[in-house]
Amino acid sequence: MDDSRPIFLQIAEQIENDILGGSLAEETQVPSTNEFAAYYRINPATAGKGVNLLVDDGILYKKRGIGMFVAEGSRARIVAKRRDQFHTEFLLPLVAEAAKLGITQAQLAEMITLSPITTAAPATAASTTEEKLA
Amino acid sequence: MSAVIEVSGLTKRFGKFTAIDDVTLTVERNQICGLLGRNGAGKTTLMQLLTGQDFPTAGSISVLGGNPVENASVLGNVCFIKESQRYPEDFQPKHVLKSAPWFFPNWDAEFAARLVDDFRLPTNRRIKKLSRGQLSAVGVIVGLASRAPLTFFDEPYLGLDAVARQIFYDRLLEDYSEHPRTVILSTHLIDEVSDLLEHVIVIDEGRILIDKSADEVRGSATTVSGTRAAVEQFTASREIMHRDGIGGLASVTVGPLSAEERQSATAAGLELSPVSLQQLIVRKTKVSSTEFEQSA
Repeated sequence: MDDSRPIFLQIAEQIENDILGGSLAEETQVPSTNEFAAYYRINPATAGKGVNLLVDDGILYKKRGIGMFVAEGSRARIVAKRRDQFHTEFLLPLVAEAAKLGITQAQLAEMITLSPITTAAPATAASTTEEKLA
Repeated sequence: MSAVIEVSGLTKRFGKFTAIDDVTLTVERNQICGLLGRNGAGKTTLMQLLTGQDFPTAGSISVLGGNPVENASVLGNVCFIKESQRYPEDFQPKHVLKSAPWFFPNWDAEFAARLVDDFRLPTNRRIKKLSRGQLSAVGVIVGLASRAPLTFFDEPYLGLDAVARQIFYDRLLEDYSEHPRTVILSTHLIDEVSDLLEHVIVIDEGRILIDKSADEVRGSATTVSGTRAAVEQFTASREIMHRDGIGGLASVTVGPLSAEERQSATAAGLELSPVSLQQLIVRKTKVSSTEFEQSA
């Protein structure tokens, strides 16, 4: 946990990351609020706030008496949301740092072309990101 | 949610010294609340007043719906673990654990036994002969296993090593999850506990400086650093909590920033860094109270 942002946001983000990365598949049960609290060593109310945020966003849903589950289609929704944020959260800082170091637009573009995306991320996500950057 | 503690206009003077100065606050039910502040800020005095161990000079106190002074119906539901717990002469930890259920109706002996194992507490040794950390462990075990609806921990872990403190935090969270209750945790080790807290009260010179949810406090300050001119320009119209500088560089702590403000700061070549709860409290309690009022 870092100090800059509310912990519940970080918890929500962590769960989203697990869904993106595939460790939490759609329609599977997610750990309980208390399990999250114990694992991350945070207040259970805070963990609950993070989980509820995802329920409000339709990423998780509650099965009465059983627990929280990953909603169908949530992975695609998270991808869409993260792509919207990609520009401000990753691209702008990258460009700013490049400017500081005197790296030109062309040099930056070349560096990106020479760093192929090799992660296990779905091909569609990778290709569009590349297109945007180029 | 309802309030467990309601205090209004509370003042406590010792002769000419004002330890608690016109304090008004409420603590909601079933929260883990941090009571933080410097040495001599009034934390212990406040807890003594809340547990009926001292009498207020002025103001009103309601704890679990009643006045705590000599009130068995209130005090039976309160557990107060002090920094230096005192036990009868010649007591051994096993005597403490045996007598605890007389005072705490929710006492869980099995849980206490597990904690004794966790903390590796020798139960057959006279308390006088225990190490400082072991003595603290006795208090921590009583505080946790009593499961009192309102539990105060006043610097419970003097002398406890890092492993034992982590055990304390883990067990507190686990047990709190299963048996929600109100816990007031007073400590200097702010960084260690900041993630456990749901609510934060900061007291300084007998007055309340901060009384907010931990999430609110967390986002309430940002340090902006960069060249002096750029920092000055960015922070010109803001209230400044703290200012630092070296040569042509400046770093200034200001209140919360919106996403757009963050973006424009980054665009101006400024660096933004978070302020931890501990740093925030250091900043807020270092300034003299008059300076603080101007900036607040």
